[in-house]
Formats: sequence, structure tokens, C-alpha cells
Amino acid sequence: MVARDLRRSFRTTQGRLRRTRSEVEAVRGVSFEIAPGETFGLLGPNGAGKTTTIKMLITLLLPTSGSASVLGMDVVADVRAVRRRIGYVFGGDRGLYDRLSGLDNLRYFAELYGVEPREQQRRIGALLELVGMTGREHERVEGYSRGMRQRLHIARGLLHDPDVVFLDEPSIGIDPVGARELRATIASLKEQGTTVLLTTHYMFEADELCDRIAVIRSGEIVAEGTPEQLKRGVASGRVLEVETYGVPAGVVETLGDLGPVHSVAVEERGQLQVLVLQCDADSEVTQDVLSRLGDVRVGRVSAREPTLEDAYVQLVTQ
Amino acid sequence: MTRLTTRARQLWLCYRLQLKILLVSPFEGFLGVVFPLMFATATLLVYRVEGDPRAMAYAGLGAAVMGVWTSVTVAASSLLNRERWAGTLELLVAAPTPFLMVLVPITTAMATVGLVSVVVTLVWNRLVFGVRLDVASWPLLVLGVLAATVTIAMFGFLLSVVAVRYRTAWALGASLEYPGWLLCGFVVPVSLLPLVVRPLSWALAPTWAVEAMRSAASGGSPWGELAVCLALGAAYAALAAYLGRRLIESARRHATLALT
Repeated sequence: MVARDLRRSFRTTQGRLRRTRSEVEAVRGVSFEIAPGETFGLLGPNGAGKTTTIKMLITLLLPTSGSASVLGMDVVADVRAVRRRIGYVFGGDRGLYDRLSGLDNLRYFAELYGVEPREQQRRIGALLELVGMTGREHERVEGYSRGMRQRLHIARGLLHDPDVVFLDEPSIGIDPVGARELRATIASLKEQGTTVLLTTHYMFEADELCDRIAVIRSGEIVAEGTPEQLKRGVASGRVLEVETYGVPAGVVETLGDLGPVHSVAVEERGQLQVLVLQCDADSEVTQDVLSRLGDVRVGRVSAREPTLEDAYVQLVTQ
Repeated sequence: MTRLTTRARQLWLCYRLQLKILLVSPFEGFLGVVFPLMFATATLLVYRVEGDPRAMAYAGLGAAVMGVWTSVTVAASSLLNRERWAGTLELLVAAPTPFLMVLVPITTAMATVGLVSVVVTLVWNRLVFGVRLDVASWPLLVLGVLAATVTIAMFGFLLSVVAVRYRTAWALGASLEYPGWLLCGFVVPVSLLPLVVRPLSWALAPTWAVEAMRSAASGGSPWGELAVCLALGAAYAALAAYLGRRLIESARRHATLALT
């Protein structure tokens, strides 16, 4: 799969009487290549352009400019051929017929993807087994839990045995056990040689599953590499975490001015604000940070090795 | 399997599943069967004042088709938006099957519910109001009913494609409901309408279907009306197919498939 300088802009209008039009560039020159059988992660905050990029690759959106091909087929010119070979799964509750059973949902989409009747039966049985839903397929979807719906989504996306699967935040809103099962399902796709493009907010998920990752911010790819490369390359150093109570925004800004500090992020945890500072490896900034916090009440202070999440936070907050 | 049999099988299975969706919904059931009965009741109560059995038979037939018009136009105008709200519209478009092949079974399923309502309404008219249909040719009457149902479904198909870009598409169907009753001559002869609106009546296939049904019932030849009715239905389908293709292209260009 190849994306070359993909761009997509949207026109929006505001106001009722005086309508003002503006153009928003959701994807600004995204390029990447995904090798066959590779699991590639596209990470980025909400509104970064992940879903727009995926929708261009699965032929639901036309790029404003640039080009993309999937399995050597152009996503603009060879629409039908691309659709036959790809699967698309998105996260959340929607995208299923609630009044039909899980089995009927699968049969419906199997027909739309032209799966032969005999093959259909075998394939649906195997997929229900894969996503752990054997025995529940005759129940109506409206009675399914979120995790079950998501697993049914995965099965739906794999009905026609696609060569490439696009997973757009598939684990969103799923409980930890369901998310773990989902990761196992995605890992099994990888074992079967399926090419996977995964978008997710969960760094451990990307870290565990992806061969390579691209971080997208404001419609542009700001980093690309293996999870290890990203961890090393971006957050080469250590992470200082400081628990605070009621830290003013102005004070947080001053911490970023400290020489060895690359970035500062604030995580709200109830009454706590945890300051996550990405620092140089050999630096000692704890005293400087505490002195700048002044009268702010401070809890636990700890230092640790950077994770992929730290790398991600640094990339998207720079 | 040949391509044709594959497509036929696909249409049949998708139709069955779409019908299943409609039949398990209490709202659809209410809209499809109970609503038409209420409309037929109101109409026949008005006509009963005259005490003319021929007028009652005239109104009874029209009231039966009136129910199909209501259930199909209102439901079909919001058909695609319903798919959009369910999050299935993008998946249907993303499938390799042409989008129109996806829409046909959905609209046909709606028409089937409408057909059930015709039968239920006729039985209701007979049992509650004693409306006796002296039908000269039952096969031709059935043909007329089928033509009415199919062409109203095609009209609904056209509406669903036209209205999909509008989030308040349901309002379009609702606003067509009562004018349709009058324009199609379900309970009032088209000849009583002002001259200026009669071309609208002639452009609506159900007008001809109801005329065909009445001709079949009274012993006349319904073939002319049936031909016009089916030609109009085919025109709706062709127009919807053309607009449907344009719609998908436009949605890919303007990102309007997932508007929720």
C-alpha cells in the first residue's frame, strides 16, 4: 500500500443569514508505504486526519490531491477492484443492523461482498470462532455488549478474506478483557499474512501490534518508524512525573522553559494533575521543577524510562 | 454460479433480511399496517354519510392504496438517512456491490409491507364497513395492486436518493403524504382537481395504478393505465439509478456519507 502526498480539504459553512465559507485541510501531504503482511499503526490525536486518510484509502473519499494505491490498484480509478480486496472495521456501537442477529448481519454483508454460498457458511463459522462468538450468533445484535459488537465488526470486515484490513480505532470503548481479545484477533491476522492498517489512541496496543508506526498531527506525519525507533528517537532521555494539586497553567508553561525539558504535558487524574516532563537523559531537573512550582502542593515525584506513549505525547504536543 | 444467478441470490437474500428488519420493528409495523387502517377508517366514515355503496367501493379501493403511499413515501424518504444514523451507509457504499443493488432490496421490502397493508385494509373495509368489492376481474385487480405497490416503491427509491443529502429528509416524505392522497386520486377523482395541478397527478404512477384497479374492478380494460403506470415506475427507477451514481460520486467528493 502506498500513499503519496495525500491531501484532503473540506469546505465548511457557518452562519445562517451571512454564510461564511472556509476550507479546512484535514490531511496535508501524507505519504507512507506499507509492505504486504505488515501491521502499520497510524497514531494521532482526535482530528489529526487518521480517519480521513483511511477513508481515502478505502475509496470512500476522493483525495483533493496526491495519489494512493492498495495492492497496486489506484484508489480513485480502480474503486470496485480495491473494495473487493480490502476490509474496513471501525470502532464504536454503530455499523450493524441491531434488529438482525449477528449471523444475519454477517450473511448480509457476505452477500454484498459476493462470498459464494458454500464458502459463506464455512467462512462465517470460522470467523465466529475466531472472534469468540460461536453460540451467540443467533441473538439479535441489539442485545450484544459493546465488546461483542466490536468483535462482530471484525468478523464482518474479514468475511471476504481481504488481503488488506483497515482498523479504525477498533478497541474504542471496549473493556480491558475485550480489548485484549481484540488484540489477539488482530495478532492472528498478522500471523495469517494479512496487511493491517490500524489507528488507535492506545499506545500499548500500537506498541504490541504494530511493526511500524506513523504519528500524524494536524494532517501531517511527524514521525515514522518502529515502536522502538520512535521511543529512542523522540524521547531520548527520561521522563519525570510530578503529581500536583491545582497547578496554574502559567506555571506549567514556565517549566517548558527549563533547558533540559523537551516538553510538558498535564494529565488530569481527578483532583490530581500529573505533570509529565520529557527531559534530557543525564539531566537533573527535579529541584528546578520543584522550585518553579513554588507554593503549588506537590505529591509523588518519580522518574522513569520513556514509553511509546511518552514519545507520542511529545510528538503531538511539540 | 453465473453472475446473473449470483446477483439474483444476492437480491433475494438482502430483500429477506431487510424485510426481517422491518417486520421486527413495532414502529414500522404501526406505520405499515395500523396507520393505513386509521386513514381508511376516516375516509370511509366520511363517505358513509352519503350511503352510496358505489362511492364506498370507490373510496375503499383508493384508501387501500393510500396506506401504501403513506408507509412507503414516509419511510423511503428517510431510508438512506436511517442507514447513515445506524453507521451502515458507509459500509454499504464501501462494499463492491453497486449501491443501487443495495437499495433495490430495501425499497422492495418496504413495498412488501405496503402490499400487506393493502390486503389488510381491504379486509378491514369489508369487515368493519361492509364495503363489498364487486370485482369484474380479480387477476387484473391484483395486477393493478402490484403495479401500484411496485411503482410507489420506485417513487420511494427515487425519494430516498434525492433526499439523502438532507438531514431532515423524513420531512420531505411527510410533506408529500397528504398532497399525494389528493394528487393520486385515491379518494377524490383527479377530474375534480384544478386544471393546473392535474399534470402533477399524471406524473405520479399511483394515479394510473388506482385508475387501473378501478377499471379492473368495474370490468373495463386497465391495460392502458397499467402501461403508463409501469412506464412511469421505470422512469423513476432509471432516474434514481442515475442520481444514485451521482450521489455516490458527490458524497466521495464532499464527504457527506457519514454526516450524523
